[in-house]
Amino acid sequence: MRGLWLDGLRVTRDGATVVELNLTVAPGEVVTIMGPSGSGKSTALAAILGTLAPAFRASGRVVLDGRDLTGRPPRARRIGMMFQDDVLFPHLSVAGNLGFGLPFGLRGAARRARIASALAEAGLEGFADRDPATLSGGQRARVALMRTLLAEPAALLLDEPFSRLDAYLRGQIRGFVLDRIRQTGLPAILVTHDAEDARAAGGPVLPPAP
Amino acid sequence: MRHPGGALLRQAPRLTLLVIAGPVLAGLTGTVAPAFGLGTGGGLDAFRALADWPGLGAAVRLSLATGLISTVLALALTLLILALLPGTRAFSALMRLLSPLLAVPHAAVALGLAFLLAPSGWIVRALSPWATGWAEPPDLLTLNDPAGLALIAGLVAKEVPFLLLMALAALPQTDAPRRMLLAESLGHGRAAGWAFAVLPALYAQIRLPVYAVLAYSMTAVEMAMILGPTRPPTLSAQIALWMADPALAERARAAAAAALQLGLVVAALALWRLAEAVLRRGLLRAAALGLRLVWLDAALRLLALGMAALTVGAVGAGLAGLAIWSVAGMWAFPAALPETLSLRTWVAAAPDLVADTAMTLGLALAAALAALALTLTCLETETRHGLRPGAGAMALLYLPLIVPQVAFLPGLQAAALAVGLDGTPLAVATAHLVFVLPYVFLSLSGPWRAWDGRIATAAAALGAGEARIFWQLRLPMLLAPALTALAVGMAVSVGQYLPTLLIGGGRVVTLTTEAVALSSGGNRRIVGTYALLQMLLPAACFAVALAAPALAFRNRRGMAPA
Repeated sequence: MRGLWLDGLRVTRDGATVVELNLTVAPGEVVTIMGPSGSGKSTALAAILGTLAPAFRASGRVVLDGRDLTGRPPRARRIGMMFQDDVLFPHLSVAGNLGFGLPFGLRGAARRARIASALAEAGLEGFADRDPATLSGGQRARVALMRTLLAEPAALLLDEPFSRLDAYLRGQIRGFVLDRIRQTGLPAILVTHDAEDARAAGGPVLPPAP
Repeated sequence: MRHPGGALLRQAPRLTLLVIAGPVLAGLTGTVAPAFGLGTGGGLDAFRALADWPGLGAAVRLSLATGLISTVLALALTLLILALLPGTRAFSALMRLLSPLLAVPHAAVALGLAFLLAPSGWIVRALSPWATGWAEPPDLLTLNDPAGLALIAGLVAKEVPFLLLMALAALPQTDAPRRMLLAESLGHGRAAGWAFAVLPALYAQIRLPVYAVLAYSMTAVEMAMILGPTRPPTLSAQIALWMADPALAERARAAAAAALQLGLVVAALALWRLAEAVLRRGLLRAAALGLRLVWLDAALRLLALGMAALTVGAVGAGLAGLAIWSVAGMWAFPAALPETLSLRTWVAAAPDLVADTAMTLGLALAAALAALALTLTCLETETRHGLRPGAGAMALLYLPLIVPQVAFLPGLQAAALAVGLDGTPLAVATAHLVFVLPYVFLSLSGPWRAWDGRIATAAAALGAGEARIFWQLRLPMLLAPALTALAVGMAVSVGQYLPTLLIGGGRVVTLTTEAVALSSGGNRRIVGTYALLQMLLPAACFAVALAAPALAFRNRRGMAPA
């Protein structure tokens, strides 16, 4: 079965349930989770990604394209993540950031070509050697998405990725990200508190329970 | 286990604590046991021999007085600076001088001060003959004075930068700016507001460093040898003399004296704790009384400025004097500057200087690199397993800084002798590691824990494993603090005197042991060369630690120092 399946995923802390999710996300679909701060949205994403802090306990299963990910380390899950900030690595160039997610086996000209085509797709031709700190907010967001996609994830998690962008850039970057998701056919979960994000995503919207 | 080396990695914090606490506790046992006749069957003979030494009373008094007075003064000056000077230009200047001051070895500071204070030193020269009428150096004990005043001055000058740095590292956790704003809005003066609102929180954070300063000041050997009284010297200096004595009887007496010295430090720490409790109660009562003490600020600010300037000025002038002596040709009393300059001293001493510098640098690199590797492994384990060292582990970390060196190095020396490692550079570097490791850990742990954890999450989501995150992200991004920690460790190693002397058995010669050995000889020119190199070596380490990351990341604005 293709897609992302959260099978009774429940996160507890000191015995109390923080968040509980039961849902399936089809390839190319974007499920939006809305809710105020502190409602456990980010905790849910950490559980899916496998980066929960030791104080939390998770039960239930995370199944991606038929693979049970429960208990696997984050690096082996093939789940891409976009953060509120771009979290570009400040000590690497733009190309270095993009290359970080590429498979190790891809070398030389082939590697450079992949990075160049990713830059072209993001409208950032010639930016390979730039310092990420010199990029605009919109450019950084696009580099962050391309970096995530170059790692060839099988699903995407988006943790309020547009909330730090100003109104004009917001619509533009949102369109860019959602287009890429539909093109690549990835199942995606978008966490946001902006109803406009949910509408643009077009998929089911749910408040996390409880 | 997720990684093949995971089980080993998980033991790193324990191994590190063992490296720190093991030698201290083993050495302590090895030192104190002979004092009680264990292994020799001599009973309390060693203590009887110690009691027969006529200088005992005076040596004990000196140890207690110089240690307690210098710690009170150093702590008072540190607190005055922090309460009254922030925001002034003097404060920012002081902050820039802090690390260089901290990096200068104790022996170099002491030698510099000795040159200022001596009867033939710069202060007397500056006043002679026009004010004093002296055409010859006067026969006065301005240095090595029986009350230990010169020693106290040296200890204060060296400990204030250390306490300042520790306090500055702890201040962000005390919410100081908001508390000060609140106190001042309630009409308090700066001094009173700071003492009532910030000091109680800050002191709780710097208690261990203060204990380390007290224990160190009571038992400092090389500073006491250069600046302290001689007949009798402080107890620790006398122990070191007995330890170096080839006669076995003196070894037993030294062991008894070391046990006594340990008791003295414990007693002084207990006294200090008691005073802490009393002063704290007084402070809280004064706060509740609503004292504002605005009138105190102007005088205290002047005092803080004056004392800070005097300390920095004295150390700076002393070191400058040493540098001038090293290139002095003819320099008769009471001329303030030499008549001719010459490189003759440097040229004549060059072969020794090169060899001793190479040994010093080699030991420093070995000890600091080992300490950095252990620290990185510990911190990486902390991060991967979500651990945090407890209060007990932190106390163990301070153990080598609080237990007097003279109380555990002799036992360690005996152990090195027993396994045939004494007198080798490897044994000396291992002994240095015990003292270097706490500083390296304290220096790196703050920046490490402040590192943005989302970077690791982002990388894991891109498929990177723990090892790749460490080598390609965490370590490069923390290159600057890691190199600074390395430089701190090297500076600590360069400054080690007693461990080098005792574990090296006189066969491992560094700039520091040579500088102290030469200091009694009176050849200021040659002492100047050694002291200058001793000071330049740590400075060069810090310069590299600053320059290398700046160069490596010159095109990365996001990596610029905050």
